Parts: sequence; C-alpha cells; structure tokens
Amino acid sequence: MSGLDATSPALGSTHSTTTVLLCGVGGQGTILAGDLLAITARKSGLSVKVSEVHGMAQRGGAVTTIVRFGTEVASPITDHGCVDCLVAFEAIEALRNLPYLASDGVLFVNDATIEPLSVLVGTTEMPTGIHAELAANGARMLDASAIAARLGNPKSVNVVLVGALSVALPFPTSDWEDAIANRVPPKTVEANLAAFKAGRMTVQETTASLG
Amino acid sequence: MADVLLQGNEAVAQGAWEAGCAVGVGYPGTPSTETLEAFAKLPDVYAEWAPNEKVALEVAAGVSLGGKRSLVTMKHVGLNVAADPLFSLANTGVTGGLVLLVADDPGIFSSQNEQDSRNYAAAARIPMLEPSDSAEARTMAMTAFDISDRFDIPVMIRSSVRISHTRTPVACGSRVEVGRKPYVKDAGKWVMMPANAQRRRVDADTREDALVAFAEKTDLNRIEMRDPSMGIICSGADYQHVREALPRASVLKLGVSWPLPPEKVRAFSGMVDALYVVEEAYPYFDLRVRAMGVDVSLPPTRPLPRNGELTPGIIAASFGIEAPAHRTSTQSIPARPPALCAGCPHRLVFAELRRVHALVTGDIGCYTLGAVPPLSALDSTVDMGASISMAHGVELAGGGDGHPVVAVIGDSTFAHSGITSLLGTVYNQGEGTVIILDNRTTAMTGQQGNPVNGITLQHRPSRELDLVRLVRALGVEDVSTIDPQNLKAVREGLKAAVADPRLSVIICRSPCRLLDRHREPALAVDQEVCTACGVCVSIGCPALGKSSDTGKAHINALQCIGCHQCAQECAFGAIIEPSTATEEGVSR
Ligand SMILES: Cc1ncc(C[n+]2csc(CCOP(=O)(O)OP(=O)(O)O)c2C)c(N)n1
Repeated sequence: MSGLDATSPALGSTHSTTTVLLCGVGGQGTILAGDLLAITARKSGLSVKVSEVHGMAQRGGAVTTIVRFGTEVASPITDHGCVDCLVAFEAIEALRNLPYLASDGVLFVNDATIEPLSVLVGTTEMPTGIHAELAANGARMLDASAIAARLGNPKSVNVVLVGALSVALPFPTSDWEDAIANRVPPKTVEANLAAFKAGRMTVQETTASLG
Repeated sequence: MADVLLQGNEAVAQGAWEAGCAVGVGYPGTPSTETLEAFAKLPDVYAEWAPNEKVALEVAAGVSLGGKRSLVTMKHVGLNVAADPLFSLANTGVTGGLVLLVADDPGIFSSQNEQDSRNYAAAARIPMLEPSDSAEARTMAMTAFDISDRFDIPVMIRSSVRISHTRTPVACGSRVEVGRKPYVKDAGKWVMMPANAQRRRVDADTREDALVAFAEKTDLNRIEMRDPSMGIICSGADYQHVREALPRASVLKLGVSWPLPPEKVRAFSGMVDALYVVEEAYPYFDLRVRAMGVDVSLPPTRPLPRNGELTPGIIAASFGIEAPAHRTSTQSIPARPPALCAGCPHRLVFAELRRVHALVTGDIGCYTLGAVPPLSALDSTVDMGASISMAHGVELAGGGDGHPVVAVIGDSTFAHSGITSLLGTVYNQGEGTVIILDNRTTAMTGQQGNPVNGITLQHRPSRELDLVRLVRALGVEDVSTIDPQNLKAVREGLKAAVADPRLSVIICRSPCRLLDRHREPALAVDQEVCTACGVCVSIGCPALGKSSDTGKAHINALQCIGCHQCAQECAFGAIIEPSTATEEGVSR
C-alpha cells in the first residue's frame, strides 16, 4: 500500500464514519463505482450505506452516489463540508460538488469535461478557470478517460477512478480486486482489473513525485 | 445467513416474499419501481404490472378475496389514482393479507409534487409502517402481513427516496408457506352497499381502538433514552438523520405512523425536558402530537424547513450546531438537467410543435423533457392522462388563441389514464390533435413493459395493444401512424391533423433508444458548408453543439448514434455521413 494511506484524512480519528461522494454525469458509471467501494468496505467488516437518486437524474443529468461506511452508519446522506473523499467523474461536477468536501477531504477529479446542453446550444458558457480552481483546492487530477481509452476499454473510466480512490482508503488491494472480479460481467473482469491498477498507479506516481 | 446490501425497495420485496406473499402487482413510479421488479424475480411468486395504480390495488383486492397474500407497489402520486379502492378497502378489510408499498419523494427529485402519504393512512384509517433502513423494510414487510391478517385491514408501508434507493445490510431469511384461505361467501364483508358499509364502518372504529392498543405496545414504536434534556419524535429516514445530527438526543422512533400511540407519546414527553418533532415536507406528527395536548417545542435556533428533504446538516443547524467550514466554487457553473437522449424519437415531434407555435398540453414521461430549453415546447404537465382532458378544456375555454391545441402523451401514460380522457373528448364532440408517443416502452421509469408493447413483468406471453383499432373504436375517425424519426412525416402529419376540423390522433411509433441500442456511424458537420444558422442545434441533441467562436455546428462522435435527426433539419446538407468525410475531419 502507498504511503498515503497512513496519513489519509478520510479515516481521521475525528470521524467515526467515512463519507465518499461520487459525482458525474448520468451514464458514467458512478453506481458501479459505489458498489465496488461498498463491497470492499464490507469485506473489512464495516457497516455500509449506499445512496443514490434515480429518475430524472438519468438522461445525461448530474448524478451523485454517496457511500458511507464505519462501525455504525446512521444517515445515508451528507452535507456541505462533510465528505472525506470526493471523486468527480467530470470536472464541472467536481466544482458543483466542491461545497460537500471537508476541509481536510481528498478530491480526485477525472480531467475531462462534458458540456451540458445549455452550453452546447450556446445559451451558457463553460466556466473558464476550472483547472486553476481545482488545483487551488488540492484536486488530484487524472486523465481517467485517456487511461481507459489507452487500455482499450473507454467504458472503464469508473474503475480507473476507483483505482485512484483506493489509494486514499485503508483497504487491502486484494479486496478491491475481489470486489471487481465478483461484481463486473465475467467477460470484462480482466479489463476492469487493468483499469483499477492503472488508476491506482497513476495516483501513486503523482503522489510520489510530489515528494 | 450472511447479510447482503439491499435497497429498501428490494428489502420490502424480500420481506413480502418471506411472509409467503403470492402475488405482486403495481405500476412503476420513482422511487417505488424496483420493489415489484425485485419481487418478480423471487421464486414461486406471480407478479404483474397493472395499467395503473387503481387497477393494481383492485387486482390485489381480488387476490385477497381469493384468500392469498398480495403486495401492491406505487409511488406517492399513484396513491391518488388508487385512492378510491383504498378508502373502501379500509371498510371491507381483507381475506388474504394485503400490503401496499407507497414511496414518497420529499425534495421532489422525480415527481410532480411533494405529497405526504401519511395523510392517506390517517384519512383512510389504514395502518402505516415506516422503515428507516433496508433491514427494517424487510422485517416491517413481514410484520405488515401479520397486522393485515390479525386486524383484517390492508397495511401500508411508507418509504421515501432515501429508504427506497439506499442500500444497507439485510439478513435475509427463508419463505414461510402461507396456504390459501378457503372460500367463504361473505357479502356482509365484501359487498359495500350502504347497509353493509354502515356495519363495517362501526367495526372500523372497534378496529381502530385495537390498532391504537397495538401501537402503544409494539416495539415498532421505540423510546431510546439518552440525554433527557432533549426528546425527538421522528420516523423513517429522518430518524437516521437525527441519529447523525444529534447523537445524544433521546428519541421516540415511530415505526407506526398511523395510528399513533398517545400514551407512549405522553410518556416520552414526560421523560424529556423539551420535546421536538423532526419530519420533512409536512407537519404530520407535529399536528397530531399537538392535538394530543402535548407541548412541542420549536428547535432553538431556527425552525425546520417547511418543504424539501431534511439532511443531518439541516437538522443540526436548527439545533444550533454550525455547519463545518466548506468552500464554494467562484465560477458560474452551468446547470445540468436531464435531457432527451441522442436519437430520442420524441425530439423531432417537439421541434415541430415549437415550429408551429402549438399550445401543447403535455403529460408525464420522458417527453416531459420536451419542456426543457431549447425545445421549450410544453405548456402544461399536471398528472397522468391530463394532456388529453386539458386540451379539451382549453378548447372549451375558447381554444388556443390562434395556436393549434395539441395534447402529447406517451404509450404507458395513454394506457394508464389517457384512454378515458380521449373517450371524454370523443363523447363530448371535442376537436384538436392528440399525439401518442409510442416509444414501445415505459421509458422514464426504466423501460418497463406495458399493455401497448405487450411485454409482461415475468415475461409471460401476452399481446400488443392495437392502438389504431382502439382509438378508432373509441370513435376517432382521423387516426394516422407515422415514424417520428422522419421529419417530413412528422411535419406533414401534424399539418394535416391541425387542418382537419375533426379530432385527430397521430400515433408516433419508434422505439426508445435505450431499448433499441442499435447505432449507426456518427455523422459529421461539413464546416465549409455549415452556415452557422443554428437550426440543427435548436433541436437540443446532447451529441450536437455550437462552436463558441464560429457558431458552426459540431458533432460529438462518441455520443452521436447516427439517427439523422439533425441532418434532416439542415437545409444546406452540411451534416453528412462519415464516409463522405476525409481523415482530418470533414472537407470535400
Ligand atoms: C400516477 C402516476 N403514476 C406513476 C408515475 C411515474 N411515472 C412517471 S413517467 C412514467 C412513465 C411514462 O411512460 P410513457 O408514457 O410511455 O412515456 P416515456 O417515458 O416512455 O416517454 C411513470 C410511470 C407518475 N408520475 N404518476
């Protein structure tokens, strides 16, 4: 495991419950990512609650999945300033959900944007300083879309990001891999394991180079 | 048995199954839908989608009369549709146990209103249980059948988004076989003519007393004493939020939200210094606890919001606990509402309705998204079936003030309650145009089968509804069927229907793109030919955008499914197949 785990604020002593918020755009696979985290956390004997909003949130709208785990978990949802790990599958969604991040929280962002319809039709504009603002908030950017594409499986962006998230959480790598093997369709297990490894390594490398 | 993570919906299905429930019936509706879908997959059960919630509850009533246990599922607004049988079933009671799962939507994530189903329990005088996580959803489903049998009454389980759609650990058990109750003719119980209904009405009072006694004793209503300075009455998801926000507070957790246990409430009130009620969207407990003569204090810092979903943070803030520091983006972040999918067969219909400046009475389904810019094509969306009846009403008010009046309704919604609306228009010699958007599925709630496509929940053979023959049989003479992916056909069909003085029905038939995943190669925009007129972009396809510097259109090849909707809109032939494009983008 990387050196990051020991200092990870996600399981800091002040929290009895860890809160992970996965956000993105409908169709990006936040639900599967949430499942993998839930299965992995349960392997460590923790209680878990996974909450998501369906319905109108699909069809390309903004989506969020909240995973909370600990010895005991009460509310399935969370509030501004309470999220230990925010994993954004898309950069605008990272900014939209930024208020949820705890002051000592970790932020992983897929370095990709998907233009909302209002931008496509020209009635609103994309925010201009996305990167600067994310950097100012300590975001760890990774180009999960490119990594997934390079591995020949563009749909595995979600699992690449799970690999990144895994670095911030204290679960054994083998538990994550078991979760993937048991949860994804049998034909895609190898591809998803590769995506997980790639995501994990990318974050470990950038963390190392930060010294 | 090792526990598994189940949604509240799945857990209700599991509990009903374990309780020996034989039949499940419902109508889809977020956040309730997965309950019946999960039940249908369990062994040795029969499950079906009904065309609407009223039919669903009546089928269940028949199962009950027939002596077996049944589960009925719907969303909160579905209970309005089912309210007629609901109130009378409180009078007949049950033979086989009957449990109704109703899922509320505080915060209005995917509904047209925020009604609180607990009011129905009190109004119909039907017991209601409120689980606060999936484990409770399972056990309460089992308890609900026991109560139904024991007290001769249907029982409701009220869920909400955060119960239905949250996965929490559940220990599952095995099924108990509950035999069929033998048939005994009992008209006094089941034939609700006045003389019988009057007798049953008196029985209902006796039953209510017995239910109150039950509510006083059951540990479904549980006092959790912690710090006695503060006592909170709450239920369901709110209980979890209270535990999170105010972990030291004493709590009276109400698992039964009708009838309430007055003695237990008074006892709890006597055990704490100040009594509060924490509930979202409607003051249901608050009003009733006050009516018991019990003092309810207001949260010390600020009142809880009158509408919307509660969170631990909102509760904490009302009790003076400041929110942790947090940051906000300084950027202006564009909203990202859901949109019609690339290739959606509804899109061109709305583009054309907008073009002819129609007054469009809409309905409930994916096509409600026709109201969203840039299509902005709807004038109303109220409840299922209202498109057709409201179009008739607009006509009675004098018509569309120069705008053609067009009702737009989906296939599932038409089967749900559009047929009776259309019958009303025909009967009363109404005019105007009705468009039935038959995308071969109930798309909005996750592609369920329905009577129009003839696909059944457990994949039993059925038959498709012949919409043309049905509409003709209702008495509509001008009926046509068109392909909504063909712009010319939509344009001409709409023109002819609007010009025809009679009532016209156009059936637009083309499968939802989430059903038919077939993709053609992505199209491309020839940048030399594109005049930046913006017409293609105005149909609101998520795969098509306008370049911010040149104003010319561009296509996102990953999202484009090659449906040609935009190409048909382009008067300049600038949107072309990739075979005509060269390697470096498109030029000729
Ligand atoms: C009374 C009632 N029951 C159920 C719902 C939930 N609901 C919303 S949209 C929808 C499906 C509509 O299907 P269809 O009319 O075929 O349109 P599509 O989504 O396929 O375009 C349902 C069941 C509701 N809003 N109101």
